[in-house]
Amino acid sequence: MTATALDPSPEVVALPRPAWGRHAIAAVVLGVLLIPVPLLLPQAQQAVAVRILVFALLSIGWNIMSGFGGMFSFGHAAYFGLGAYTSVWLLVEKGVSPWLGMLAGMVAAAAFGVLTGFLALRYRLKGAYFALSTFAFAEMLRLIAINSSFVNRAVGYNVPLRPQSSWAFMQFEPGSPNYFWIALALTVAALLVSIFFLRSRQGRFAVAVRDDEDAASALGIPVMRTKLLTIALSAAISSLAGAFFVQYYFFIDPDGAFGSSISIQAILPAVIGGVATIWGPFIGGVILGPLNDLTATLLRNPPAALSFLSGRAGLDVILYAVLLILIVLLLPQGVYGAIRDRLRRR
Amino acid sequence: MTLLQVERVSKSFRGLRAVSDVSFSVDEGSILGIIGPNGAGKTTLFNVVAGMLTPDTGSVHLGGRDLTGAPPHRVSHAGMARTFQLMRPFGTMSVLENVEVAAMAAGTHRRDAARAAADVVDRVGLGKWRDARSDSLPTAGLKRLELARALAGRPRVLLLDEVLAGLLPAERNPVMELLEKLRRDDGVTLVFVEHIMAAVMRLSDSVLVLDQGRVLTSGRPEDVTRDPRVIEAYLGEEPSGAAH
Repeated sequence: MTATALDPSPEVVALPRPAWGRHAIAAVVLGVLLIPVPLLLPQAQQAVAVRILVFALLSIGWNIMSGFGGMFSFGHAAYFGLGAYTSVWLLVEKGVSPWLGMLAGMVAAAAFGVLTGFLALRYRLKGAYFALSTFAFAEMLRLIAINSSFVNRAVGYNVPLRPQSSWAFMQFEPGSPNYFWIALALTVAALLVSIFFLRSRQGRFAVAVRDDEDAASALGIPVMRTKLLTIALSAAISSLAGAFFVQYYFFIDPDGAFGSSISIQAILPAVIGGVATIWGPFIGGVILGPLNDLTATLLRNPPAALSFLSGRAGLDVILYAVLLILIVLLLPQGVYGAIRDRLRRR
Repeated sequence: MTLLQVERVSKSFRGLRAVSDVSFSVDEGSILGIIGPNGAGKTTLFNVVAGMLTPDTGSVHLGGRDLTGAPPHRVSHAGMARTFQLMRPFGTMSVLENVEVAAMAAGTHRRDAARAAADVVDRVGLGKWRDARSDSLPTAGLKRLELARALAGRPRVLLLDEVLAGLLPAERNPVMELLEKLRRDDGVTLVFVEHIMAAVMRLSDSVLVLDQGRVLTSGRPEDVTRDPRVIEAYLGEEPSGAAH
């Protein structure tokens, strides 16, 4: 697995054969190893761990469309929000189990992705323009939610509390490890799906279309269908994060579901960990979650030496942003990409 | 028997007639060379035939089937493959993966694609580079990769856009041998745009000469190159010049 220069042209770089099976096994092993985590962590940290998984899951979805598919999305909040709203609406208004709501949310998000993707691609939006269109569609959903009494306008939804824990309704006593385990299962499943997708015929087509659309088309790949399928899969996975989010936090409103901060949270883990890599979004999530928490605690309750910083609102966000910029500047391939390249070069 | 029939095709870009009333036909298993000075409309004609551009007027038939204005992936599924003058590999993939994708795009099952691709890669002489990242290949390798991807779909007609350009003279011969072998052993029909006249003379059964978007003349290679109109069109651009 070394990047040997092949004779006779010294610049020719060898790629290792893709080891799909090994990635899949690694994902399962990782999932098993993380099972005891909630039993070891105090409750506050457990919440951080769940949050990491939710946004890793969101970002794994983002990575399929934007990393492997090359269609940069700045509006994944649309899919997250649809997952959240569809499941919570079904639960509150119709008494449907959130598990079924999750499936319905996947369908709604995928359908919305295909529809809006078709419109954007039909009019040949690319690059920044395509990204802006995704942003606009997410904003559109946010405004619709704020203005329609059908979904309680700006108030949003509270998940009704049940008298006792229930697997059927995905509700457990506060601090129950079940939340972590559900998020973990969803995340590992999403990792496996992205590995199998990347290996599949459809995934190979998606990467080919990303690398060169005209060449792909000339070889017989239906470009539009390939892109829409990629968007649908990405949207469906990201919607899971939204559906779980509501059940875990018991609350959702239009800003929390469709706001641009959610879209950014979909992008960041993948960018930090490595865009278009299988492990990037997960690793990025694991780095970002604690980092966010750390900067917040550090600057809101600074140690004695830094006491002059206390009470200055927003400093934690600035520090967080500076750290992010440093990571992106120093590791343009992301953390996973940098480690992988280092290992290959050895 | 006529396999590819192009009839009275025209294509304009904002008033500029890139291709004007061009017709030609290619018999199954034969080789047609298309020559002409720069800007004669050769690549535009290719793009129309391969479905990347819709002609303003005229038609394209392959084996009797109307492909006029069909999108590129339909044209490809109908049995016509093309290469690009400027090589367009799937840069993040290895050589083998590039060809594997091409095989799958043409309908080969995922399971069999790797073996089919490896066969083609060996056939075009890219075996030693099969695991190389495709965008790191030198020109000669990329030209062969273009060819390999096109072949992976087992096309009936292969459109080659300057597949020899940018190759050293020593690198050209093996490619020409490969093309001759494709026609002889696999019965592939070839249509190729080329500037290198030695190759046109050696490979073509017939030659079509384009100038300013029109057909200047067509016929057997040895007749065409003696045609005074062809010589005139090439004034300042010696047609027998090997280098390009």
